[in-house]
Amino acid sequence: MNDKKLLEVKDLHVSFFTPVGEVKAVGGISYDLGYNEVMGIVGESGSGKSVEAYSIIGLLQSPGKVTGGEVLFEGRNVLEFSNKEMQAFRGNEISMIFQNPMTCLNPVYTVGDQLIEAVCCHESIGKDEAKRRALEMLTMVGINNVEQRFNQYPHELSGGMRQRVMIAMGLICHPKLLIADEPTTALDVTIQAQILELMKDLQQKTQMSIVFITHNLGVVAEICDRVSVMYAGRIVEQGKVDDIFYNPHHPYTMGLLRSMPNIEETRHEKLIPIDGTPVDMLNPPAGCPFGPRCEFCMNICLRENPPLIQVSEGHRASCWLYVEQAQIACERGEEIE
Amino acid sequence: MIRFLIRRLTMSVATLLIIACLTFLLMNLVPGGPFLSEKAPSPEVLAAMEAKYGLDKPLGVQMVTWISDFAKGDLGVSFRLQKNRPVADIITDLFPTSAKLGFIALGIAVLLGIPLGCVAAYHRGHWLDSMLQVITTLGIAIPSFVLASILLVIFGVYWNILPTLGLSSWQSYLLPCFALAFYPMSYIARLTRSSMLDVIHQEYIRTARAKGVSPTKIIFKHALRNSVIPVITYLGPLTAGIITGSFVIESVFNIPGLGRYYIQSIIGRDYPIIMATTVFYAALLISMNLLVDIIYKFIDPRIDITGEVE
Amino acid sequence: MKSRKYGHITLPSFHIDAECLIDQKPDLKIRQDDFELANSASKESFIENKPSMSYWQDAWRRLKKNKVAMIALYCIIFLILFAFIGPFFSDYTYSQQTRGHENCPPFWQQPDAEYLATHENFSKYDHPFGTDNLGRDMMVRLMKGTQVSMIIGFTASLIVLVIGALYGSISGYVGGRVDDFMMRFVELLYSVPDILIVLLLASSMKPALTAFINKNPDSGFSDFVNVLGAPLIGIFIAFALLYWVGTSRIIRGQVLMLKGQEFVMAANALGASNSRIIMKHLLPNCIGQLIVTTCMQVPSAIFLESFLSFLGLGVSAPLTSLGSMAADAIGGIYSYTFRLIIPSVLLSVLILSFNLLGDGLRDALDPRLKR
Repeated sequence: MNDKKLLEVKDLHVSFFTPVGEVKAVGGISYDLGYNEVMGIVGESGSGKSVEAYSIIGLLQSPGKVTGGEVLFEGRNVLEFSNKEMQAFRGNEISMIFQNPMTCLNPVYTVGDQLIEAVCCHESIGKDEAKRRALEMLTMVGINNVEQRFNQYPHELSGGMRQRVMIAMGLICHPKLLIADEPTTALDVTIQAQILELMKDLQQKTQMSIVFITHNLGVVAEICDRVSVMYAGRIVEQGKVDDIFYNPHHPYTMGLLRSMPNIEETRHEKLIPIDGTPVDMLNPPAGCPFGPRCEFCMNICLRENPPLIQVSEGHRASCWLYVEQAQIACERGEEIE
Repeated sequence: MIRFLIRRLTMSVATLLIIACLTFLLMNLVPGGPFLSEKAPSPEVLAAMEAKYGLDKPLGVQMVTWISDFAKGDLGVSFRLQKNRPVADIITDLFPTSAKLGFIALGIAVLLGIPLGCVAAYHRGHWLDSMLQVITTLGIAIPSFVLASILLVIFGVYWNILPTLGLSSWQSYLLPCFALAFYPMSYIARLTRSSMLDVIHQEYIRTARAKGVSPTKIIFKHALRNSVIPVITYLGPLTAGIITGSFVIESVFNIPGLGRYYIQSIIGRDYPIIMATTVFYAALLISMNLLVDIIYKFIDPRIDITGEVE
Repeated sequence: MKSRKYGHITLPSFHIDAECLIDQKPDLKIRQDDFELANSASKESFIENKPSMSYWQDAWRRLKKNKVAMIALYCIIFLILFAFIGPFFSDYTYSQQTRGHENCPPFWQQPDAEYLATHENFSKYDHPFGTDNLGRDMMVRLMKGTQVSMIIGFTASLIVLVIGALYGSISGYVGGRVDDFMMRFVELLYSVPDILIVLLLASSMKPALTAFINKNPDSGFSDFVNVLGAPLIGIFIAFALLYWVGTSRIIRGQVLMLKGQEFVMAANALGASNSRIIMKHLLPNCIGQLIVTTCMQVPSAIFLESFLSFLGLGVSAPLTSLGSMAADAIGGIYSYTFRLIIPSVLLSVLILSFNLLGDGLRDALDPRLKR
């Protein structure tokens, strides 16, 4: 069971065919996710982290299209599912929760209605049984007065409560994989902590795997087992949480870690941002996309995209800095064949 | 809820009063009068006719007289178009005809317009959508008298399959109702389409797709209820206007209805008819708007029109 | 292997398999200076700079991509040429009644024997669209009618534009009680039945204007009134009184939104007067909305005029508009169908084109990139 992978993303390419040109949102990413594992996907806005998640669950809408690669869920290529298969798949074996709880629930139907719908479109159970399940889920996500809340409309609930309802909807069919697209970003900090606690708790109880998308490294440290750092549609570093935090190899990861404000710093120390601006995805330059912003940028970085290099067990980074042999060969004036 | 209704009712009566006064003022301020364009009567005859109908009294007095009469249910008599016939009789005679046509046309407009709009939104970019766009844009661009005349010529004359004048048989309803319905149907279809397109891109639709809900259910259960609100807003004034009759349709197809009569009375300066019909129309409009507001409450639980705290 | 030190960071170094590298990058050729730090010049040239476009260039580009709107634009341009340049190519004027040429059929219809017998020297192309029962050439009358319809549309829109924009911007800018009051007034105007006003004005203008003309027979205004006809003046007045409310609401909304932005605060801080701020800062930013609303107002003005023509309250003969021509033709609908069809088609195309162009402009001028 340890070797069998729940999710394998292989060389996924996604592009958006807009009126002004093709935007290569995701340019070849690969990662694996085992059972009972939490993978964090970190990156800034525009790095492609949400887009690749949408491709996995089949929610990518035109003008976006998957232009290459495979996504294997328990061995089946999800990208080749028919519409009916995808419909049965979504919400059932794989679930997704989104960023903005204020707008993610249909305002004209009650919470209970929407929960019952979530379970009834996959399992043929009676209304009473469905209601029982729904109430059970609402209790599990930490909502009080479940009977009352069941009959209320989304606008009568607070942001934190709505996010809990979203989580309940996502879990009601006991999926094997949950994709969480920045679920805490739109919430107050204290509520963020509560929701994170809840998710950790639920994950341990249900043993489902989670793909947790965020731009907040603090959240990653809380809940993730492994991390993939994305930049400009590519994975630049991948590894266990400890590896990434204590032994970062890619300059972008280092920059991210360095830019986190430290509560112990004195007020006189400046924050250290990453210089430069994000890449124009319409005309991505050749070479490493992070090059112009990187303090270690070398000439080869501007010419060629670096390969993904195994740093240690389970830890990989895509950077020219670690190609030692090439360096040696260069010193000797030789070429690698 | 009761308090809300009472408040609305009082406001309505006040509005009706204001509209009545405004109309009265406008009618009298604009040059011209009911008897001027007939074969020019001699000044004595003119004075006598004006005295008979109370037109020689100062405006303020006339207005107050009219309002008090109206409150008693006396709408006066027609000056010109049907000499001395009580206005109330005229309206009760003509209104049912216009209303019948209007309701049928309304039904056509809604029952065809909304599904067409949904289809267009769902198949956005498809040739089906483009075709529907062309038809509906034509529908709002062609003047109604052009459409009515062309339909008349094609179906009534060249193909000779439908009657052209009056309302004798059920077939004779087809042409006028369809001509009357074409503009609202096109407008409703366009409105539904753009509203649907807005709604389809909302995040709760994405959530529904992520849950695995079937596409039909997404359109008819999740999207439709949210997108129908602007359409209902439009239906309020539309209903009031369409059941009071369209001058064009009634003229082209020679149907004795309130719409045609109203326009003729304005041109002919038949004051009592103008006043009564304007107030009648305004009353209809206000009640339709009230109905629409009540319907809102059933569709969208967020809307709280009563202003009462939950 | 030595570890490389960069500033305060020591990068770990280690071996990698050459195979790993070859698998991923079989065509890699290493150059001498590859592992030197790149200088900032080459880093900057790395980033291509897209030429920046102004707001108007961007909007024009988006409009051009919209095929339907472009076709509508071409139609309008064609109709303008047809209406204003066309008459120079004809031998007849719109009011000229040519004896002996009455009821001439259009060039695609064969005249019946009886007609040919009574009209010698009959040429199909003399009157390409035929003539009416007074012997006036239809083609030229169509051109004139298009002219008139367009002029009415544009003038009415202009009136609405000026009054609505000023009213809305003042109301939005001043805000507070004044804004409240101004908006209440607008709501009151909304509840006035517009058809009532239009008809009252249209049918009452005649005696009033005749009286005026009789008093001032020489003024240019009298000529203007004579030519256009009283009811039309009535329409313009109705527009000036009623139809600007929609525009004022839209402009007020825009102004309210712009008011809070920093450039207005800056102008204020620099001591600009209120009227200057409105004229030089706020209104130019509303131009997009203004263009769209004006474009949509033109067809509704033309629509209204055609309705009035149907009632017999349109332009006074011999001047004609597309609506008048269509309305006049209804009487002879069975025998001379083309007299209804052609002006109706032109009228519909005119209204349709403006509507579609307005739609396209709205999409193009919207700064938010649509899907």
